[in-house]
Amino acid sequence: MGTTPQGFKDSVQHYLKRLHTGVVATGMAATLAVGGLSASTAAHADALEAIESRGTIRIAVPQDFPPFGSVGTDLQPRGYDIDMANYIADEMGVTLELITVTSANRIPYLQTGQADLVISSLGKNPEREAAIDFSDAYAPFFLGVFSADADESVEGPEGFADKTIGVTRGAVEDMELSNVAPDSTTIQRFEDNATTISAFLSGQVDYVATGNVVAAEIAERNSRRAPSLMYQLKDSPCYIGLNKNEAALQAEVNRLIAQALEDGTLNELSQRWFSADLPDNFGS
Amino acid sequence: MGPTLDFLTLLPYVSELVKGLTTTVVLTVVTTLTGLGLAVAVAYLRVNGQPWMRWGLGGYVEVTRNTPFIVQLFFIFFGLPGLGIKIDAITAAFIAMTLNLAAYSAEILRAGISATAKGQLEAARALGMSTLQSYRHVVLVPAFARVYPSLISQAIIVMLGSAVVSQISVFDLTYAANFIQSRNFRSFEVYLLITLVYLLLAFGMRRAFMLVGKRVFAYQQGEQR
Repeated sequence: MGTTPQGFKDSVQHYLKRLHTGVVATGMAATLAVGGLSASTAAHADALEAIESRGTIRIAVPQDFPPFGSVGTDLQPRGYDIDMANYIADEMGVTLELITVTSANRIPYLQTGQADLVISSLGKNPEREAAIDFSDAYAPFFLGVFSADADESVEGPEGFADKTIGVTRGAVEDMELSNVAPDSTTIQRFEDNATTISAFLSGQVDYVATGNVVAAEIAERNSRRAPSLMYQLKDSPCYIGLNKNEAALQAEVNRLIAQALEDGTLNELSQRWFSADLPDNFGS
Repeated sequence: MGPTLDFLTLLPYVSELVKGLTTTVVLTVVTTLTGLGLAVAVAYLRVNGQPWMRWGLGGYVEVTRNTPFIVQLFFIFFGLPGLGIKIDAITAAFIAMTLNLAAYSAEILRAGISATAKGQLEAARALGMSTLQSYRHVVLVPAFARVYPSLISQAIIVMLGSAVVSQISVFDLTYAANFIQSRNFRSFEVYLLITLVYLLLAFGMRRAFMLVGKRVFAYQQGEQR
C-alpha cells in the first residue's frame, strides 16, 4: 500500500512542524502578517464565487501515484484524479488549471489558497478533518482479497477455509486478514509487495490480499491472472479536499459527484484506471 | 526515553516460536541426510562416471556454488511455475537446501577421494576385495574421515542459511521472528532470542556430528594412533 499508518503519521508530523515554523516566522513580522492574513481570508470568503468570476479552477492532483495521477509518456499528467478534475471543471464550465503536488504538500497548497480543490487520492482521518473539509467519496480505495478467477466468490471470510492467501507481512491487509480468516486458512506472508505479487502470479497462492490499486497494477501487467475482488477487508475511499467553511463549493462538488455516480461516469473512470467496476458498497 | 527490554511481550507467541523451531530442525535434519547422501553419489560419479556424466554434474556443482542461495530458491518457487512445475514452499525449501548442500559437500568429498593413493585401491583389489568393498572401505570411509570437519561446517552453514526460506513463506524460525516482530514491534527482543536459538542449534549440530563421527570413524582413529 502507498501509505502505511506510520508513514502517514510521519508526514502529518512533518507537515505540522512546517506549519509551526511558518507561524513563528509570521510572528516576527506581526503587523504585516495579520494584515495580509485578513486580506486573503476576505478574498476567499466564497471560493465558488471566486472560481466563477475568475473563470478558472485550480485543482491539486498527484503526479507520483499511479493510477490516480502520474506523468504519461507524452509528459502530460494522467490518471483517475486528473480525469476527475477535468470532469469537475467541464461541468462547472470553467478552465482547469492543474497543480501537481506530492502527498506531503497537497494540504498546504489548499490551506495557503494556491488550490481550490485537492483531488489527490485523499483519505479521511480525524487529523485531516480538523484542518480541511471533505466532499463525498469520489474514488474507491480499499483492501480486499482477490482471486485470479473472476467467477469465484465467497459469502464471507468463512469461504477462505482451507485456502492459501498471500499477503505482505505487517501491512494493514495482513492485520485485517489475520483477524477475519478462519483457522484452516493458510496465510502465506511475504517480505514485500513485489514478492507477494510474484506468489500470486506464479499460482503459489490461491488468493492475494492487497489494495485495489495494487490489484489494478497486477491486472495491467498480467491480464491472464487479473485479480478480481472476492471480499473487502477495509474500505477507505478517497475524498476531494477543500478549505473549511466553503459550503457553496462543497455542495457544488457533492452535486457533481452524485451526478457522476448516477450517470456512470465514475464507473467508467474505475474501469479505465482500476480495470474493475466500482465496488457495490461505493457511495453508500 | 532509554531502551527498555521486555521479553514478556514474546510470551503470547511461544507457539509460533516452537512451530518455527520445529520446521528449522526438521528441514535441517532431513536436508543434511539427503544432501550428504546425494553428495556421495555426485562425488563418486564425478570421479568415476562417464564423461558426459562428469561434465553434467560438474555443471550442476559449479552453477550451485556460484549463484546466491536465495536466487536458487526463488527460481524453484517463483520461476518453475512458469514451466508448469508448481512446488509448494516447504518442498521448494527442501529441494533448494538439499541441492545446495550436495553441491558443496560433493566438492569437499571429491578432495578427500582424490587424496586416496592409487596404490591403496590396487592393494585392496589384490587382497581379493570386490570393487564395491574396496571402494567403500579404502576410498569412501577414509575420505569421509579426512574431510569430516569441513562437512560439519558446510552442514551448519546450510542450517544457518535456511533462514532464507522464510522469504518464500516457509514457517521456519526466522519467519516466526519476522512475524512476531511485525505484530509486537519488539525487534530487539525477538531477534536476540532467535540469535541465541540459532547459536545453540549450531553448537548442538556440531556436537551431534562429533558423536556420530567418533562411532563411524572409530577404527580410523585407532589406526592413526
